[in-house]
Amino acid sequence: MRDFIAGIGNLALNLKRQIVEITTLLAEVVYWLVIGPFKGKFVSRDSLFEQMMFSGVRSILIVFFVALFTGIVLAMQSAYQLQQLGATMYVASLVAVSMARELSPVLTALVVAGRVGAAITAELGSMKVTEQIEAMQTLAINPIRYLVLPRILALMIMLPCLTIFADLTGMFGGWLIGVFNLKLSSGMYIDKTLQFLEIKDIYTGLFKSFVFAGIISVIGSHMGLTTKGGAEGVGNSTTSSVVTSFILIILADCVITGIFYFSNM
Amino acid sequence: METKKEIVIQVQGLVKDFGARRVLNEVNLKIYKGETVVIMGGSGCGKSTLLRHIIRSYNPDSGKILLYDKDINQLPENEFDKIRKKMGMVFQNAALFDSMNVEDNILLPLREHTRLDENIMNIIVKMKLELVGLRGFERLMPSQLSGGMRKRVGLARAIALDPEIIFYDEPTAGLDPIVAGVIDKLILDLSKKLQITSVVVTHDMKSVFTIADRIVMLYEGKVIAEGTPDEIKNSSDERVQQFIMGSPDGPINFFQSGGDYLKQLTE
Repeated sequence: MRDFIAGIGNLALNLKRQIVEITTLLAEVVYWLVIGPFKGKFVSRDSLFEQMMFSGVRSILIVFFVALFTGIVLAMQSAYQLQQLGATMYVASLVAVSMARELSPVLTALVVAGRVGAAITAELGSMKVTEQIEAMQTLAINPIRYLVLPRILALMIMLPCLTIFADLTGMFGGWLIGVFNLKLSSGMYIDKTLQFLEIKDIYTGLFKSFVFAGIISVIGSHMGLTTKGGAEGVGNSTTSSVVTSFILIILADCVITGIFYFSNM
Repeated sequence: METKKEIVIQVQGLVKDFGARRVLNEVNLKIYKGETVVIMGGSGCGKSTLLRHIIRSYNPDSGKILLYDKDINQLPENEFDKIRKKMGMVFQNAALFDSMNVEDNILLPLREHTRLDENIMNIIVKMKLELVGLRGFERLMPSQLSGGMRKRVGLARAIALDPEIIFYDEPTAGLDPIVAGVIDKLILDLSKKLQITSVVVTHDMKSVFTIADRIVMLYEGKVIAEGTPDEIKNSSDERVQQFIMGSPDGPINFFQSGGDYLKQLTE
């Protein structure tokens, strides 16, 4: 019993420490984002470009497959229901709206958290345990500015782009089912899509993905920079980086959707 | 004569605990401009911890560290960065940036802190690599280098900005005798020719007596001896003599496990 209570106490203390550390990291990131450009010490274009290539461009294939099959599955499942009402033409609008508002931001974020978030943590974590972070500090180079900032910026730019790409791919998946299975005409499918899809559906999705990008990159960087204890430590922090990102993404999704829902957006 | 010299580093009453263990206990130290000070002591005596306090990787539990008469733990980050640019650090495992080749490793501090032309920076890189005898290795990645080469590249990176102080963390540990000799010679060359203040943490006795102007011996977190190499060699302290001789018997007990052996065995 005593162990149990001590365990809860430890957990709470650990959580508090993590929150404090993440807040400090966030404050420093904002500092460098706002003050950095005026001091002439900003993200180098090369490293930003490199990170955008890695986190964005090289994620296209996996995002394509995830979104395409989600679109196809969504179309089949909703057709199964809508057939009973004789309203299969609404498959188009259902796929479009649910992809844009919900599925493509969340699924893209989850996929990217597994791919890019893990990579950020593993890279920064192994730099930390091999003293490379410390070496950088002794060279008077701030590791947050030099290593963390380009990763955060790159993901905040690229994740919304990937989300738009996933929106389109998912709708294409739905279109495949609509045209080849439900025998809707291509024109009508596109027409129904555009009729029900509003611009706010797109930008609420993009807003979500913007927040998710922050979560993935900040959690990934934080877990990397606080890695301790050799190769095993890198493994542990990579795992907890992905797990924490997943939980926070779903949590944030719920909160943001709630805000939009109750404010009728 | 020494009193007239400028003090560069001053450690006052430094105390550090790791959990219940006191790693540094009231350490006092003065390091003068241009000299080579060796901090020696057994593994786990706190010598690397002391070094990490001086470069502000650790914060002291009590006591002060002054660099150029400024208390480094009171300085804001950007002020301390100005001091950092005057110092270089050679890490035990070189700590080269894995993702960059040798050239980019040395270029990084130059690119970040100077506005030199790219051509001039390349010339500086070649000069630094020539100093450590590795010119022609610019394009190799750290993973393609041997331990001794990595350490020398680490040294080249540390001197890229022409620092006034260089810290060496076990520069010869794990190297063959010839490479260790080469590193010792490099340390000597840098401090004698360029008047660089060097602080070397090591337990390699051969290198201690080759490079040191002054030796500080740490034992259990305390400074137990301080002096010129001759003074240390002739020290009457048995612990110092045991350490120099490397003998297993003496006041420094190798067996660090506590408690009664028989009792623990039969537990």
